[in-house]
Amino acid sequence: MSMLRALLIVFAKEFRENLRERRTLVTALILGPLLGPVLFAALINLQIHRGAAAADRPLALAVAHGERAPHLLAYLAQSGVAVTAVGLDRDAARHAVALHREPRVLWVPEEFGRLLAQGTPAPLELYTDAADVGSAADSERLRAILAQYSATLAHLRILARGIDPLVLNPVAVQDVDVSTPAARSVLLLGALSYLMLLTMLMGGVYLAIDATAGERERGTLEALLTLPVPRAALLLGKMLATCAYMVISLTLTVVAFAVLLRFVGLERFGMSINFGAAVGLRVILYCLPLAPLGAALMTIVAAFTRTYREAQSWLGLVIVLPTLPLVFAGSLGLRPSLPLMSVPSLGQHFLITSLLRAEPLPPPYVALSVGATLAVAALLTLIAARLYRREALLG
Amino acid sequence: MIEARALCKRFGPVAAVREVSLTAADGRITGLLGPNGAGKSTTLRLLYTVLRPDAGEALIDGSSVRSAPLEAARRLGVLPSGAGIYPNLTARENILYFAHLQGVPRGEARARTVELVRMLEMEECADRRARGFSQGERVKTALARALVHRPRNLILDEPTNGLDVPAVRSLRRLLKALRDAGHCVLFSSHVMQEVSALCDEVVVIGAGTVLAAGTPGEIAARTGAEGLEDAFVRLIGAAP
Repeated sequence: MSMLRALLIVFAKEFRENLRERRTLVTALILGPLLGPVLFAALINLQIHRGAAAADRPLALAVAHGERAPHLLAYLAQSGVAVTAVGLDRDAARHAVALHREPRVLWVPEEFGRLLAQGTPAPLELYTDAADVGSAADSERLRAILAQYSATLAHLRILARGIDPLVLNPVAVQDVDVSTPAARSVLLLGALSYLMLLTMLMGGVYLAIDATAGERERGTLEALLTLPVPRAALLLGKMLATCAYMVISLTLTVVAFAVLLRFVGLERFGMSINFGAAVGLRVILYCLPLAPLGAALMTIVAAFTRTYREAQSWLGLVIVLPTLPLVFAGSLGLRPSLPLMSVPSLGQHFLITSLLRAEPLPPPYVALSVGATLAVAALLTLIAARLYRREALLG
Repeated sequence: MIEARALCKRFGPVAAVREVSLTAADGRITGLLGPNGAGKSTTLRLLYTVLRPDAGEALIDGSSVRSAPLEAARRLGVLPSGAGIYPNLTARENILYFAHLQGVPRGEARARTVELVRMLEMEECADRRARGFSQGERVKTALARALVHRPRNLILDEPTNGLDVPAVRSLRRLLKALRDAGHCVLFSSHVMQEVSALCDEVVVIGAGTVLAAGTPGEIAARTGAEGLEDAFVRLIGAAP
């Protein structure tokens, strides 16, 4: 029997058998591809809506002893701040914020009016909770309004002394953001390629472990090894089935992302994400070389661990290891370059993000990423084949 | 025909098999008898090419397990200990998978599987998923899997483990029928009754070496014992 025929028989059996394994199906076809994108879209949606709502919402402020600063209260009301008067002393104000009864409290000291009239710095005490993410943005807005009030008073005082208030602004900074809408959304969706690669690897992990460690534990591996079939054919057939599940998982993930991102509503923020059928197909093609790499790595782990449980406990590492370069790149803010393209998973990450950015990388970049990843996959497959030839494979 | 010549196998410091020689002829049932840990399974694993011998040679119908392991494997049907089968496949699919990997053409594999299902009286479980099979159903499936390519030689490692009496009896009938059809049957057991009820030839193994070989009568006569069981106990007691 030819090696190829044996390989295809093993592939067909592994593929069919795992189609009947609920655990494989759930991780490969449901959990990764659907839950991932849905969670992702929901998170982004929440963030966008929160940001949008915060800008429109009237700013709530509790003021204690507002009667000591009537002019300030008028200014706040004019600036759209919804002031409520509260009768709290200093400690009560602190407690009210600490216990989240009030998002923030402005406490006006007794001497405020006197010091303001004298032209010396008049104290105001603003109680906020910087750790409370929900109220932090509004507190920041309030600080800006208070600073504006202070600046307005300063301008009036300078003017009263016959000096041009412009001397208070020696430098005028203009903030110009040059990022394109597509580039901005890539920043926001930077984790997208990570999720795609991760779900792809997850799609194959159960099959890879089951096809080696599981077979050993059930005693079927020994029977399989008595057959007149080269062990390399068994190994490659199992790896091919693992890759097939990874690609199915990846395809479903890409489709789910493509559909869901249409509903996220990024356009309202001047962001567009370039994710049509052609782009989706290229994302899948770019990720393909990573599938045999992951399959070989998982098979190595399954072949040298003694039990299915032990293999399972390595599972987390096996899934995360291939995506580690990507995590580092994210935290270091790396940009695509030829040497970096040769790092598996990092190269795929750059290819995907640049594609979504509508700034495709030149062909040598693509070739290097594909070639280097396939080379590492071949090396790992050779190691797996060596482990498959060991007598210790049977445990 | 299965021949072993001075097979040796070590696992680290432990010499599991030491210069084991034996012959299992065609048309004979040969029993490998020995206590637990005597080296029975290791010997069989060397013969069915899952382990490689450190020294010595084994031939399956003249094909060397060392220099032509695939050729040797092609001439063997093997029932490993435990009789593991795929729980997510039906019994029939389990059998067909091995038929295909043995290179049996598709149509022939299907027909042969039907034949084996009838022969082993497993119509009831043939198209059920193997998850939850009884030990008897598992052994039958594994046995059918070992026979599907009509091998000339059959190696069975403790085939009767966990079987009830009717299942053991039907297994005996099957092995005898295979013998009468000219097959070479080699099986291991630590159960005396099993071996004396079934075997034409016995190889007694202890501490990794062959202690005696011959027909049950010959072995009993040589050790001066009443029967095979006495002979076995004496041989094992005398082993180093």
